[in-house]
Amino acid sequence: MAMTATAGHAHADPHHIGLVIEHPGPAPKRIVTAYGFWIFLLSDIVMFSCFFAAYAVLVGQTADGPKGSEIFEPRYVAIETVCLLLSSFTCGMASIAADVRNRFWFYLSMSVTCVLGLIFLVLEFREFADLIARGYGPSRSAFLTAFFSLVGCHGLHVSAGVLWLLTMMAQVFAKGFRADILRRMTCFALFWHALDIIWVAVFSVVYLLGSGV
Amino acid sequence: MLGKLDWSAIPFDQPIPLVAGGVVLVAILAVLAWVVVKGHLPYLWNEWITSVDHKRIGVMYVLLASVMLLRGGSDAIMMRIQQAVAYQSQGYLPPEHYNQIFSAHGTIMIFFVAMPFVIGLMNLIVPLQLGVRDVAFPTLNSVGFWLTATGALLVNISLVVGEFARTGWLAFPPLSELSYSPGVGVDYYAWSLQISGVGTLVAGINLVTTVLKLRTKGMNYLRMPMFCWTTLASNLLIVAAFPILTATLAMLLLDRYLGFHFFTNEAGGNVMMFMNLIWAWGHPEVYILVLPAFGIFSEVVSTFSGKALFGYRSMVLATMAICVISFMVWLHHFFTMGAGPNVNAIFGIASMIIAVPTGVKIYNWLFTMYGGRIRFATPMLWAIGFMVTFIIGGLTGVLLAVPPADFILHNSMFLVAHFHNVIIGGVLFGAFAGFEYWFPKAFGFRLDERWGKAAFWFTFTGFFVTFMPLYIVGLLGMTRRMQHYDVAAWRPWMIVAAIGMAVLTIGVICQIVQIVVSVRNREALRDRTGDPWDGRSLEWATSSPPPVFNFAFNPDVRGEDAYWDMKAKARNEALAADRPEYQDIEMPRNSPTGFVCAFFATIMGFALIWHIWWMVILGGLGAWATFVLFAWRDHDEYVIPAAEVAAIDRVNLEERRGLVSMAGTV
Repeated sequence: MAMTATAGHAHADPHHIGLVIEHPGPAPKRIVTAYGFWIFLLSDIVMFSCFFAAYAVLVGQTADGPKGSEIFEPRYVAIETVCLLLSSFTCGMASIAADVRNRFWFYLSMSVTCVLGLIFLVLEFREFADLIARGYGPSRSAFLTAFFSLVGCHGLHVSAGVLWLLTMMAQVFAKGFRADILRRMTCFALFWHALDIIWVAVFSVVYLLGSGV
Repeated sequence: MLGKLDWSAIPFDQPIPLVAGGVVLVAILAVLAWVVVKGHLPYLWNEWITSVDHKRIGVMYVLLASVMLLRGGSDAIMMRIQQAVAYQSQGYLPPEHYNQIFSAHGTIMIFFVAMPFVIGLMNLIVPLQLGVRDVAFPTLNSVGFWLTATGALLVNISLVVGEFARTGWLAFPPLSELSYSPGVGVDYYAWSLQISGVGTLVAGINLVTTVLKLRTKGMNYLRMPMFCWTTLASNLLIVAAFPILTATLAMLLLDRYLGFHFFTNEAGGNVMMFMNLIWAWGHPEVYILVLPAFGIFSEVVSTFSGKALFGYRSMVLATMAICVISFMVWLHHFFTMGAGPNVNAIFGIASMIIAVPTGVKIYNWLFTMYGGRIRFATPMLWAIGFMVTFIIGGLTGVLLAVPPADFILHNSMFLVAHFHNVIIGGVLFGAFAGFEYWFPKAFGFRLDERWGKAAFWFTFTGFFVTFMPLYIVGLLGMTRRMQHYDVAAWRPWMIVAAIGMAVLTIGVICQIVQIVVSVRNREALRDRTGDPWDGRSLEWATSSPPPVFNFAFNPDVRGEDAYWDMKAKARNEALAADRPEYQDIEMPRNSPTGFVCAFFATIMGFALIWHIWWMVILGGLGAWATFVLFAWRDHDEYVIPAAEVAAIDRVNLEERRGLVSMAGTV
């Protein structure tokens, strides 16, 4: 960041008195890519907030069906949460490994991240399958509609994340730690951590509030 | 195998859509045959379809918008004729068909005319005004455009295969739920908007990042041209609002496809939630459209008055104020649905407050003109016509923002007149002003002024003759979306409105003639200087059309009105005396990713509409594979050698020396 006094061309810009920060020119690619991806994540969070809002509106509309406290399994959800939080840690390890170009630690931490993500997905799938089998599917009531959509939307994101994770591993395997691959890795890591943050919100709003603990 | 699709989807019993669809199909096939026979296919593929150049993509956006303007316009003509003849009779359109027409008209005009038009102009001009070589994500830009085209294509397919929604342009439930709209119309609506909405979001992310992170040296925020500011505001709104549309449509689709209960009447669904969500997107959407138009008027008014924009900083503040407040007024769309007097009052006041920054803008434009040397070129005519028209639209808007008045006027033709007043008088006039103003920059020759002025006057007159009567019938109690009516007092006004529509159509024809005539006379209209209007911002500092790399050297900006300053400086000193050595320039390589991805998205969208599940999977896999293939490329960029850059740039400099030596005499 170049700091220059404007005295040199103050005549060209009468508004500027004193010290201003001259804009140095276009940002490097690494920053532009990550910045754009941040903006995408913000827009994704706006989308999630719509599903959160819908859940908040419809949570009481059980249409004589079950309430949240009657169907949630706190034990399962606790394991899910632990898996996802741990996977965020291992994803951070993978980022560091990529930064120092250590293939072994990169593959190892990405694999662990993948396994933890898959365990999360299996547990969520079992929860959904179990509810549907008991007749408490999403079309049972507006509350269940909102519940399945909100949690399922997060699950879809995790699935996409796992697909992306595997593609990233294949990319590093085939191309090595090239600059563009590292940029993508940064985006993937941002995505995975953002999913974690959203899960914390899901966990609090849906499961903690819902099971009335 | 083919889901719900069978021969009954083709409306053999309805001549109008069948003939229209047939004509369009024949026209498309003829153009394709001509392209192939003449051997233009490689050129089209290499230079346009796979192009990731922001200028080319911008031009294609505007082309898409223009074609869809003709489609949406013919819907409008049909509606005006229907309402003129449907007094105590059924008119010439069956109710089913009429309902599809007004739904398609609204959907097309907002999503596939206004949106691509402004996004196209922003794409074309913003990187040039910022003094940079491209947008932040060039390939993503191409993907965004082609997904928008997919949406437009799906809407047009619905003309011949199946039907379009009969629900109005926002598909309110419960009418849009499966129980009341069992056909594929709402599915066409939802999937085409869902797919093109992704494209719009991508464009929004791209342009926000471009404005915030890619500016040439010295281009501080308060030195950016107004159009860049309004682009930033508009695209921030896109990023914040379009995900709401995505979520809302997803909920509606889940209701329709999987029996969910977001908005249904039974099992606890909540229809009012749809109203809230759709307008939380829909109200900012209006400002997404009109803010770029405000930016265009700022550029045009300042250039053709020969003065710097009056109150630049208050203009920036007003733009950002509108950007924020536009998110706080959505509830004025359902004052009458029982939110209560306190809520209504708050949202009424918030709606009126938006008029304050808008008023600031109008005064700033007037003061920019005051004391200036005004040239009444075509873009300036559109700008002045806008100011007159938009003030009327703004005032009726403030009227509608008064809840008690809204109880009388909502859902009436008064409302229809109001929003056409602001959308046509604001957005469309802005789009036309930008089109006339930047056409020489995009293509290297000016447009014919005589036909341009004729187009303006016919459109301007036609607009008033069409829409002022709608205010009157609105006050006389006529509601919107009527297929036929029995009130004698409305009849004369509907006939006047139909005549106005005819005048408007002449305006459109003039504009088409203008383009044809200008292309024929392009040698005489050639712009060699790159600066035909004596412009003030950086897009005029490069040649017309600009080279693929935009600028041989990234310009160094020292104040507002960057190019104006450079010209002033150059009159005293020799132009570019202290140029550094030319260097190699790296540019992103072309890529078919966008086109191929949109191809699969079209297949997937069509399959989803008709419940052809194997095809959905095929389309999804195809789109994913396209991205993986793209990610596997080894060389993203190609190099333009310094010698070639120098050769291209020297031609531009020679032409420009002539301009600078003449500039003192004008």
